[in-house]
Amino acid sequence: MEAHILEGGFANIPIDAAHAFRAVMTAMARPGEIFEISGAQPPAPLSVAAGAVVLTLCDPETPLFLAGGFDTPQIRDWVTFHTGAPFVGAADAMFAIGVWESIPFPDLARGTSEYPDRSATLIVEMDALTNTGAVLEGPGIKDQNYLSLPETALFQENARLYPLGLDFIFTNGGNLAALPRTTRVS
Amino acid sequence: MYVAVKGGERAIDNAHAWLAEERRGDKAVAELGVAQIREQLALAVNRVMAEGSLFDPDLAALAIKQARGDLIEAIFLIRAYRTTLPRFGGSTPIETEAMVCDRRVSATFKDAPGGQVLGPTFDYTHRLLDFKLAADGEVAPVQTGTPYEGATPHIMSFLDREDLIQREPEGADVPADLTRMPLELPASRALRLQSLTRGDEGFILGLAYSTQRGYARNHAFVAELRIGSVAVEMEIPELGFAIEIGEITATECETVNQFQGSKTQPPQFTRGYGLVFGMSERKAISMALVDRALRWKELGEDNLGAPAQDEEFVLYHSDNIQATGFLEHIKLPHYVDFQSELELIRKLRREAQVPKAAQAESAEASGGNLSGKMKEGAVT
Amino acid sequence: MSDYNFAYLDEQTKRMIRRAILKGLAIPGYQVPFASREMPMPYGWGTGGVQVSAAVLTPDDTFKVIDQGADDTTNAVSIRRFFQKTAGVAVTEATAEASVIQTRHRIPEQDLRSDQILVYQVPIPEPLRFLEPSEVETRKMHGLEEYGLMHVKLYEDISQHGDIATAYAYPVKVEGRYMMDPSPIPKFDNPKLEMAGIQLFGAGREQRIYALPPYTKVVSLDFEDYPFQPTKADHACDLCGSEVSYLDELIVDDQGGRMFMCSDTDYCATRRRQGHVGTQGLPHKEDAA
Repeated sequence: MEAHILEGGFANIPIDAAHAFRAVMTAMARPGEIFEISGAQPPAPLSVAAGAVVLTLCDPETPLFLAGGFDTPQIRDWVTFHTGAPFVGAADAMFAIGVWESIPFPDLARGTSEYPDRSATLIVEMDALTNTGAVLEGPGIKDQNYLSLPETALFQENARLYPLGLDFIFTNGGNLAALPRTTRVS
Repeated sequence: MYVAVKGGERAIDNAHAWLAEERRGDKAVAELGVAQIREQLALAVNRVMAEGSLFDPDLAALAIKQARGDLIEAIFLIRAYRTTLPRFGGSTPIETEAMVCDRRVSATFKDAPGGQVLGPTFDYTHRLLDFKLAADGEVAPVQTGTPYEGATPHIMSFLDREDLIQREPEGADVPADLTRMPLELPASRALRLQSLTRGDEGFILGLAYSTQRGYARNHAFVAELRIGSVAVEMEIPELGFAIEIGEITATECETVNQFQGSKTQPPQFTRGYGLVFGMSERKAISMALVDRALRWKELGEDNLGAPAQDEEFVLYHSDNIQATGFLEHIKLPHYVDFQSELELIRKLRREAQVPKAAQAESAEASGGNLSGKMKEGAVT
Repeated sequence: MSDYNFAYLDEQTKRMIRRAILKGLAIPGYQVPFASREMPMPYGWGTGGVQVSAAVLTPDDTFKVIDQGADDTTNAVSIRRFFQKTAGVAVTEATAEASVIQTRHRIPEQDLRSDQILVYQVPIPEPLRFLEPSEVETRKMHGLEEYGLMHVKLYEDISQHGDIATAYAYPVKVEGRYMMDPSPIPKFDNPKLEMAGIQLFGAGREQRIYALPPYTKVVSLDFEDYPFQPTKADHACDLCGSEVSYLDELIVDDQGGRMFMCSDTDYCATRRRQGHVGTQGLPHKEDAA
């Protein structure tokens, strides 16, 4: 195992994870707002933010799908060493990581009517993350927010499935924003 | 003039100090040692281990001491400690067939290989208070003999050979852990058994008794009850084989229950199963009866509406730590809610006491006009 | 700090709770099952709220705990001490200074800001539980959005009593989808459920977590001709004179004499510091002595 695989985890796990989770939780509660998150140094192409989300939420109980160019031996080794999360196909994933174009959306779990929480959470690596573009409305948003989403159609379809659906965390560098299934995108 | 009382912090500290003093009792009496509890109140220790889901006689004895003998409180201490322990993995299933038995009885056969071994039982004691014990607890020297070296096969295996008892093939899956995941219904039998073995002894006993009295009676015979020590083994992935990591005392009860069959299937006996830490035979037998009652669905029996058949009722109410917590919490302050009820009942009484004439007058304006249309229903 | 992990729970347990919180925020009002742990305080004493707080707190937080609206009730003191000891967090009684507030039975009078988190202790998270005891059945009802049982119950209340006979834990509908129990807060507090802060609900014994993101639409159930009415004692606070706060009623003598005071002790104290005095209150300076 290469030395860098062992590195890049949280330096002080309980404290770093607590701060990182606060960022993720606030992002999920306030869709479209951009927050800083830090503490991880994952191998490329994982961003600092995506790495921190993985360290905060993943462990042996969370099947993980690495999409497209994110399924590399370096990322696998790093994730395994720091979290122990098992790697699975998209259909069985609790978390999926990748760039927008590489994610096989139809395969991902949307939950069931009795357990809508049994659905995938996506960690989508973005080239940029700004408060421009698509208009967001819904729970967590006072009036309207804006977020540079890759498209709108998929989110509209996702919101129609409510209470089933996918939940999204967008990452870029050390920033993240989230978009749960309740958000109406136009 | 009123000055609000503040004293929560000091009240708590004082209560704790008083509790510690009461726990110790009269200092002229020698203090109870943990080892004394472990050795001389072993059945209490066993119950705390079983319902605390932690096999550690010393810690259980300590918990009993700290809890002033309140076993449910002691179980709670053990549970709260247990939940902080890291989980290293699961053991392989214990081989109760290889148990070194202190006690082994069968009610269904007069004798069987391995024999009937009474062991240290209260069964045939006359329940007369032994006043001598109050003064002097010395026991006479016990006779010793050569230990039985032969095998003690499960009684069920004899019925199994004739195909008279329903088979219980080994499951492929590692069973889920009740303490690591939320209970989901319907629960697998493995989860039900986990829940029963840590369930409150009194509750499980009452349910089992209710089946005997006709609430989903299942005609149980104790095919075998065995108590003794068994090895616990764990697979070590790096080694590639299992090694013994310790030894526990356990009580196992297997019941033979009413047979069933159909036009296509010849009749067969069915079974119930109980397995409990330590010497806890009342609990193990109770567990076997309740296990059997809960199996009505898989065995194609009728739901008689009996409490012991209702999985949700049994599993959600058998845990004494959950039960005692929720029951006792009603002594905490609830005055905010009570105040809102006070306001409501005063209002309802005021309205009810409006003279009849006035009521008739207003009937059209209030009750008579109730549309029954919920506003929230309009939200989409 | 103590020998235990930061905020008592081990990291794997916190991750499990954190994942449940995220799904709860994504599906407002839906009860997410979670593997509640035994805590060092009994079920019924707020173990759900404590586990949620443990998963949410950072060392930078300022923590406030109220029970019945008061910071100095014994169980509030006990929980506050627990996190002082295990998480080393700063604590406060001032609502405005707190970043995380754990509560039992009340929502503070003062509006919460968007950077504040309110954690509720929940005894029975299922709003339909007392109408349908089976979890299997109520889960189906939520899945199908079949809430007729509650509709009938409220309707029968009105035909029998001329009013909806629920004074606390008054059911709400969240974003037009899930029926939710707001925990046993008096219905006076229901309108405050639409707020700027994040609200998290933890039910330890029942193993459920649910949530309301800021500004989530929360409607207290009612009928067109029997609109929901938040109610309180028809008095002013005898200590601070507030006419808009929720009041506790105290029996002050053996003749059945009563007085009323704010249930939210911080709200009342703040008002008295500002110079407000009720009919039986003392001016601020003497009160503090």
